[in-house]
Amino acid sequence: MAALTIAKLTVWEASRRRLLLALLLLTLVIIGLTGWGFTKLGEAGNGQRLPDYQIRLIASQLLIVIVFMFAGVLALSSVFLASPTISSDVESGVLLALLARPVRRLDVVLGKWLGLAVLVVMYAAGAAILELLVLWWATGYLPPRPVELIVYVAGEGIILMTLALALSTRLAGMTGGIIALVGYFMAWIGGIVGGVGQAIHNDGLVTGGLIMKLLLPTDALWRGAVFAMEPATVIAALKATGSAGAGNPFGATEPPATAFLLWTVLWLVAVFGLSYWGFRRRAL
Amino acid sequence: MVDLQERQAAATVAAASPAIHCVELTKSYGGSLALAGLTMTVPRGEIFGFLGPNGAGKTTGVKLLLGLVAPTSGEGSLLGRPLGDLEVRRRVGYMPELFRYQPWLSAREVLGVHCELARLPRSAWRLEIDRVLRTVDLQERASARVGTYSKGMQQRLGLAVALLGQPEVVFLDEPTSALDPVGRHDVRQILNGLREQGTAVFLNSHLLSEVEMVCDRVAMVDHGRVIASGRLDELLSGGSCRVRVSGLDGRQRASLQGFGTVEDDGQWLTVHGLEAERIPELVERLVSLGGRVYAVEPRHQSLEDRFLELLGHQA
Ligand SMILES: Nc1ncnc2c1ncn2[C@@H]1O[C@H](COP(=O)(O)OP(=O)(O)OP(=O)(O)O)[C@@H](O)[C@H]1O
Ligand SMILES: [Mg+2]
Repeated sequence: MAALTIAKLTVWEASRRRLLLALLLLTLVIIGLTGWGFTKLGEAGNGQRLPDYQIRLIASQLLIVIVFMFAGVLALSSVFLASPTISSDVESGVLLALLARPVRRLDVVLGKWLGLAVLVVMYAAGAAILELLVLWWATGYLPPRPVELIVYVAGEGIILMTLALALSTRLAGMTGGIIALVGYFMAWIGGIVGGVGQAIHNDGLVTGGLIMKLLLPTDALWRGAVFAMEPATVIAALKATGSAGAGNPFGATEPPATAFLLWTVLWLVAVFGLSYWGFRRRAL
Repeated sequence: MVDLQERQAAATVAAASPAIHCVELTKSYGGSLALAGLTMTVPRGEIFGFLGPNGAGKTTGVKLLLGLVAPTSGEGSLLGRPLGDLEVRRRVGYMPELFRYQPWLSAREVLGVHCELARLPRSAWRLEIDRVLRTVDLQERASARVGTYSKGMQQRLGLAVALLGQPEVVFLDEPTSALDPVGRHDVRQILNGLREQGTAVFLNSHLLSEVEMVCDRVAMVDHGRVIASGRLDELLSGGSCRVRVSGLDGRQRASLQGFGTVEDDGQWLTVHGLEAERIPELVERLVSLGGRVYAVEPRHQSLEDRFLELLGHQA
């Protein structure tokens, strides 16, 4: 399978260019620092220890913020990694020699996607598992749905990677990367706007948020990750306040709807199709 | 020309299927024509030179034949399979004009990737990689990163990639553009070796003296059109002859037009387009006209002369 060879080559390149090493080291530093922070959580100012339930509550909310940062790093890395893939290989001419082998253009796009997806999932899973282990060791707390958390964070990375890859079939790396990043921030803002719309019962804002969410489902998946991290008590408390807190990008009272998850899968297939379409006719 | 085509057709029948065959292959980018109606046949085991000035459409021709770009119109076949066929590419080697390989891999690793893509049996990889590295004389640095190679070394790697798996037809787009004289000599030997094995070589080049040394057959393109093609010896048949002669008046000198185009600079007369067999006839004529002949210098037409002549430049 030529696509698997291309996928292998993609992962190989990331590791040879020391990208994996840099990410690994930075991630270890962050996890170390947050671990140290978690061990200090119990110490209140007057020298007394906070009760365990409070420690867990604070830990649960801190974790959401930390994971938000990880998800952000993953999103940016996915974009930086994917946006030059095809365009730079076309420009440098590296692809000419490869495509003269029994390799279809589809194999190239599929192989690049698979390789990048492996990198995204490896990073999401690796960083999340380490962070959760450290959290558990320091405070004894674990979020209620750790597996879903990893799936949602990885999904966010894969969506951005797929978008950047599609753009790279026709646009220079920098251009595609900037477009994908702007999309990512717009989706985040769109999520907040939609939530505010719910809180103040403004249908226009709600529709705007929904459209943004359908165009680029990253923020909605982030809300899924938040939901996977919220303890039942917090969810109950948030629900009690009604829709007032819906604009808060670090809160969620519901998991993403099944229909929305299906939409996300469709979105991925469609944007991947667009990549193939973009590359199929590209002159080399 | 007709005779030539007939001979080509005969050669075609001899091999099961020619290495390359195409009819009216055309490619236009937007409105501009990069290659217009390329029709030709390259038999197996021959070295075919594809010549032309910058921007003539040589690289476009190679990419079309390899199926890397889709033709606007026309059709062709590679080793008996239609252009763009995937499986036939296992038997084809290619060195692009821009020979760029993953700079973060070593030459051995690049070759390994190509073995994998060409689906060579895994057990044969090692020997095959060693063989091509030896052929292009790159063994010493084969384990170093390609990014640290000199330009000529990268081109040698490109050649090694093209030779991998003993292909039946090899496309080389200006294979010696970055090589030193020794490297160029090596490439000529490699090409001769390929011909002996029965491999067809499609060679894009500007280096006419080199082409002249190795090619059996050439085609010249200009502005996307083939302006001449055929066996080298046939293409270069029109030589010229310089004679130093005295005792002839202007009218007598002009009467020599029947032998070819006459260039007269007083002492020396140059007759262009004169076949070697007619030189005695020319001398006889000069003498019978009363001329005194001091020197006769037959000149073989070089490919460069012919090239410039065809392009309408002064030699
Ligand atoms: N991708 C492309 N888009 C638009 N025009 C192109 C493209 N590729 C080639 N051309 C045009 O097609 C023509 C032929 O180009 P080609 O590269 O085949 O020339 P060449 O004979 O290989 O020249 P050189 O000797 O400089 O390598 C040129 O006019 C070139 O500008
Ligand atoms: Mg060229």
